[in-house]
Amino acid sequence: MLASFVGFYSLIFGLGISLLIIFFSIKNFKKSNILDSKILTFSFLQMFLVFVSFFGLILSFINSDFSNETVFNNSHTTKPLFYKISGTWGNHEGSLLLWLLVLTLFIFIFLVNSKNQLIKYRILTVIFQQIIIIGFFIFLLKTSNPFSYLFPIPEEGLGLNPILQDPALAIHPPILYLGYVGSSIIFSSVLAATTLNYINSNWAKHIKGWVLISWIFLTLGILLGSIWAYYELGWGGFWFWDPVENVSLMPWLALTTLFHCILVLEKRSLFKSWIIILSIATFTLSMCGTFLVRSGILNSVHTFANDPGRGLFILSFLFVLIFISIFIFFVFHKSDNKNFSPIFFLSKETSIVINNWFMMYFLSVVLIGTVYPIFLDVLSSQKISVGPPFYHKLIIPFLIPFLIFMAIGPRLKWIKSELKNKLSLFVLLIISVLASIFIVKNFETNYLLNSILVGSAFYLFFITVRDFFSKKTKKLSQNMAHFGFSLLILSILFNNIFSNEIITNLKVGESYKVDNLEIVFDDLTKENKKNYVSYTGVFSIKDENFENILKPELRIYNQPNIITSEADIKVTLFKDNFITINNVQNEDYFNVRYLIKPFMLWIWISVLLITFGGLISLFNKKYE
Amino acid sequence: MYGRKVKLRFFFIILFLFSLILSVFLILKSLEENVVYFQSPSDIQLLEEIKYKKIRVGGMVKENSIEVSSEKINFIVTDFKNEISVVYSGVVPNLFAEGKGVVAEGYLKDRSFFEATKILAKHDENYMPPEVNEALKEK
Repeated sequence: MLASFVGFYSLIFGLGISLLIIFFSIKNFKKSNILDSKILTFSFLQMFLVFVSFFGLILSFINSDFSNETVFNNSHTTKPLFYKISGTWGNHEGSLLLWLLVLTLFIFIFLVNSKNQLIKYRILTVIFQQIIIIGFFIFLLKTSNPFSYLFPIPEEGLGLNPILQDPALAIHPPILYLGYVGSSIIFSSVLAATTLNYINSNWAKHIKGWVLISWIFLTLGILLGSIWAYYELGWGGFWFWDPVENVSLMPWLALTTLFHCILVLEKRSLFKSWIIILSIATFTLSMCGTFLVRSGILNSVHTFANDPGRGLFILSFLFVLIFISIFIFFVFHKSDNKNFSPIFFLSKETSIVINNWFMMYFLSVVLIGTVYPIFLDVLSSQKISVGPPFYHKLIIPFLIPFLIFMAIGPRLKWIKSELKNKLSLFVLLIISVLASIFIVKNFETNYLLNSILVGSAFYLFFITVRDFFSKKTKKLSQNMAHFGFSLLILSILFNNIFSNEIITNLKVGESYKVDNLEIVFDDLTKENKKNYVSYTGVFSIKDENFENILKPELRIYNQPNIITSEADIKVTLFKDNFITINNVQNEDYFNVRYLIKPFMLWIWISVLLITFGGLISLFNKKYE
Repeated sequence: MYGRKVKLRFFFIILFLFSLILSVFLILKSLEENVVYFQSPSDIQLLEEIKYKKIRVGGMVKENSIEVSSEKINFIVTDFKNEISVVYSGVVPNLFAEGKGVVAEGYLKDRSFFEATKILAKHDENYMPPEVNEALKEK
């Protein structure tokens, strides 16, 4: 009760402070060349108020205060404490409050951290960021108030969707949001810098940190979501080209492109307009992601029930932001053709341009695949969906040149360069092609494409491995990230080529035999847990070499009454054995799915390596 | 003649336009081939010919229609106007049950028989796929 009350009024005061900050910022901007300490104080106060509000919501969740509608809709007294807390951001209202909290937190950090930058630039960034913050305040208070009062007070809550009651998903939203919201700082800052004509290598050095931070969190957030879908949804894979996944991949692609361009801006003061467009696009795509997931427009296999009215608000807000940024871009941005710096064909700049082309191509494929069904539905009310074959067909062939350029590009120097050690590059190419042919030849599927693909991934792999040992390598971060990427592609390819799936329906005591593999359904045990009943199947999987006991689980939750399957996965270094069961309509037959997934672990590890590359770059001040 | 800079810039622009056109062409062509249409059982009755192309069928799972055997699951999808038998061998999502909405992806054998290759999951008991909702509303 009290917590909700305090939370709600903190939000209103927070909105008021936004207006104050804008007022002082404009005054400062016009009059003097000093940054009023009031702005810093108020930013801190605003962050504090939003934090109080968020904390109030957490308290309401912990105390199961069902007079609060959000708590009523998403919590239950029998839920474990950990999921009561994570339930705070496991719903629409709470997750938006978290967005807002991160927005205010980041602008405060920005203010503290940018002391050596131009005063006017800092003030303008604050103003743009406050515009975004105000938009979110209004959105929260108007369409999705987390503190709505319910009377009469219900006895019991509706409970949190059980598939969200999972450790990976408890931390997935906050981490993903740190990535999404980090791009808001890039957005505000690029608008401020454009207005002041401050897009230069000094600005690039300063914004690079923010780009890296958002990129690291976004990568980790996507990874967590992907791991969760693998074991909790029982999808048994790592990526499904589901629209909800795609909307998080799009800002990631834009951010990755942006990062590579920032490097060029830092060294050569090139690509200014392109960087402005990319920064705007990154934030717009992050907002679009929130909009598409929250509005219920997406025809996704893991959509949750939600409200179209909210979507309309985010969409209008998004249009306002896009309009402001286009206006600023065309009015203030002057491309400086005077000092047109020469670009030679064989140089690092060219290789980054090539990287950009590929990334933009991948981005447009994902964008069109995700958005086209929505447009078609609006225009002709035809319902369609675009599946994995579309993406595979368009992306996989282009990965081959992409990987090869990725291997050679970083070897080039700025401005003008020539390839050194042509011989060793060539020898490595031959080795990788031979290695791939040797590996792929035992498998029938798509022989030619697979060996070329594996070959080019090996090429990048060998070159980055060689560079780890070469003393000349100064760019450990870059080499680490590129090495991680080659490992990722290799793991994905091996995972696809060598995986095996068995699906069958079994009763207790029955067994299923295929080739020399036997699956025996030994036993089924029932157990009552705090907020669910668990049925655990005992399966023995026999092969000529090994015998595994796997225990997949079926949980019937009390509130809401939902069945979930908990996969049992035996993770080993080179392959995962994965099994899920499901029961159909209380029949004796259980739906059993057994998967052998090679290199699953390496997919996760390689993404971590890529992120680690970003981390090194963030902490390594003496970059290059 | 033009300077080296201009030539290089010109070359880049041409290359850029060329790759732009190529990628747009590729994307559209592939989209045409890989799109999966959604149809309700009533839509299927109105089809002129049965093509071997992947589609999605959605509606309610008819009461008392689920039959499970060791290799497959049979059930009937209805929009309360027309219905279609579905045969499926594979994993079913947790919320697959009689009287609930369902979306199945696969191939039509004839107007009343559908072979599903995938049953799509929903993760919220209140959630109804938008297509199913609309298909049911139209009845």
